[in-house]
Amino acid sequence: MGVEDIELRERSAAARARRTVEDAVPMSPATYPRLSNESLRQALHKMHLIRRFEESAEDAYMRGLVHGTMHLSIGQEASAVGICAALEPTDYMTSTHRGHGHCIAKGAQVSRMFAEFFGKEDGYCRGRGGSMHIADVSTGNLGANGIVGGGIPIAVGVALSMKKQKRSSVVASFFGDGANNEGAFHEALNMASIWKLPVIFVCENNGYGMSTSTERSTAVKNVAERASAYSMPGIVVDGNDFAAVVAAAFEAVERAKQGGGPSLIESKTYRVRGHSRSDRNRYRTKEEIETWLARDPIGAFERQLLRQGVVTVSEIDAIRADVEREIADAIAFATASPAPTVEELTRYVYSD
Amino acid sequence: MSTRTEERSVLRPQDACAAHRRIRSRATGARELSYAQAIQEALAIAMEADERVFLMGEDIGVYGGAFQVTGDLVQRFGPERVMDTPISELGAAGVAIGAALTGLRPIFEFQFSDFSALAMEQIVNQAAKLRFMLGGAVSVPLVMRFPSGSGTGAAAQHSQSLEAWFAHVPGLKVVQPSTPYDAKGCLLAAIADPDPVMIFEHKLLYKMKGDVPRGHYTVPLGEARLCRPGRDVTIVATSIMVHRSLAAAKELAGEGIEAEVIDLRSLRPLDRDALTSSVKRTHRLVCVYEGVKTLGIGAEISASIAESDAFDYLDAPILRLGGAECPIPYNPELEKAAVPQTPSIVAAVRDLVHGRR
Repeated sequence: MGVEDIELRERSAAARARRTVEDAVPMSPATYPRLSNESLRQALHKMHLIRRFEESAEDAYMRGLVHGTMHLSIGQEASAVGICAALEPTDYMTSTHRGHGHCIAKGAQVSRMFAEFFGKEDGYCRGRGGSMHIADVSTGNLGANGIVGGGIPIAVGVALSMKKQKRSSVVASFFGDGANNEGAFHEALNMASIWKLPVIFVCENNGYGMSTSTERSTAVKNVAERASAYSMPGIVVDGNDFAAVVAAAFEAVERAKQGGGPSLIESKTYRVRGHSRSDRNRYRTKEEIETWLARDPIGAFERQLLRQGVVTVSEIDAIRADVEREIADAIAFATASPAPTVEELTRYVYSD
Repeated sequence: MSTRTEERSVLRPQDACAAHRRIRSRATGARELSYAQAIQEALAIAMEADERVFLMGEDIGVYGGAFQVTGDLVQRFGPERVMDTPISELGAAGVAIGAALTGLRPIFEFQFSDFSALAMEQIVNQAAKLRFMLGGAVSVPLVMRFPSGSGTGAAAQHSQSLEAWFAHVPGLKVVQPSTPYDAKGCLLAAIADPDPVMIFEHKLLYKMKGDVPRGHYTVPLGEARLCRPGRDVTIVATSIMVHRSLAAAKELAGEGIEAEVIDLRSLRPLDRDALTSSVKRTHRLVCVYEGVKTLGIGAEISASIAESDAFDYLDAPILRLGGAECPIPYNPELEKAAVPQTPSIVAAVRDLVHGRR
């Protein structure tokens, strides 16, 4: 297949992308039987915090404050916050290289996240992990992962651990569409199913594994169809619709907590930014990106909450102002944090 | 870990005798067990003492394991704690890591060490690095056992000695017990260890018998063992090569060559002190191991001596005897020729001591 063919296919893929959520479970007027108005305002706050954290991290990167690369999840906030809204602080999570949103959604402090990005001792990984390994064990986040699909079997092991220890916690395993073609994904889903483990597999399908579209990489139309091969429920949701994600998440968490075993949620969404800092956006069209920009999950959620009278315009303004303050404070904290010393280079390789 | 390693006393010949006396005295209640039985006993002791410990692997339940190491443990501890996994080495390794991260002490039996290649991602990218990547926020107390080595006619994909691959990775510990006593003691030490430990067990050793004390004891990970003192040459060997080297040393003694034999026992951490102190006494070094010779553990041992103050003591070039530059062949004569055997060790050491190398 030549480049032109690929471009042609990708352009038609762009048209398909607009229809991508057609298979999603239709949500007629958003209702939140399990979330209080306060929880909904907190969810909106977290979505803004993720967005501004990533925009600020991107800015810090441009100014040379962040070493290496980063993978931004701008446009995917509803998916991260929606899944985590159904989780307790005692529940666990494994994440991906595009994991900033998951980390914040599960409850991490942006100050320690910035400190990690700046390579500082106060960072969640003491400056040893950076963006790609961001974790916060205190909130059950066992870490982002630099290996596509790497966290999925680990999540299954955590779920096995919960079952063996008769603990009621569940595990959410986030991964992207790219991971659905890794062997680890298939092995993990199979084991979770045969042992009926309390794990929620969350495929955030943003349409591309780096530059390769799901149409070119994946034999099924919807990743959720893979669930049937492992005898578990699979559901497609519009990942930019907070209400749809939340509903699917609560259902899967409840099933897991009641001993009903794993579920697979495919959250169809879109990353507005490139794969990483090196991305030149040659595999998709401006039109496609604009289509998805118009489906921005934060704006949609705000409009919905306003319509339902959950928030007022001035409350939204207050949330935005709070977020700006938090980000500024966090960056100041991270900037002032000490750097690790070279004398401690090999510390943490083994337990002391 | 590093502190403990550095503080460890250096092995001297008199220590060897003392160590043997200690083992004998502690071994009141010892009886003869096979290497496989010694491992099984360690597994049972650990599971009895600590409910967090459980076993997972392919066909380790009612089948008893491909080499009958787990045997009837499933009847005693039940299928929840002696867990058969699907044939999914990559996924199951990840499952073991997840369990280890959250309060359990999994012991994962790979059916053959060759299948570690299927799980390389989880072992090398995840288990070895999670603690470091998360700045010490987690640890991975995971034990992995690997039946390995040639001599069973199982050919190229069931006979490899891959321990050096993993010994190259910071974050992993890699041990190769050569006796039933060490098999039990190293395993119990590995289970108590907070970090991932890989134990490579030579398949030909499973039926080998030796004195094994009853009850719980540990063999520290990272300490070499002086098996036989000698003045003329140091033979550093691993796993089954320890026994072939001891047989070679016995034969050489008849010719007036006294070889010192050191069982390395652990590739990572590596007991460099035991190596340098021995070479300073004998002035000659031969490394014997089954893994492929090139870029194997012998290269690291040789370099350790070349970089140390023991270098000046050398009276002869360092010699490596390792696996041939080919996969393990099926034909029994070719298979034997692919790895060091007692006669080849005798010949090489004799030539070295007589200055013919």
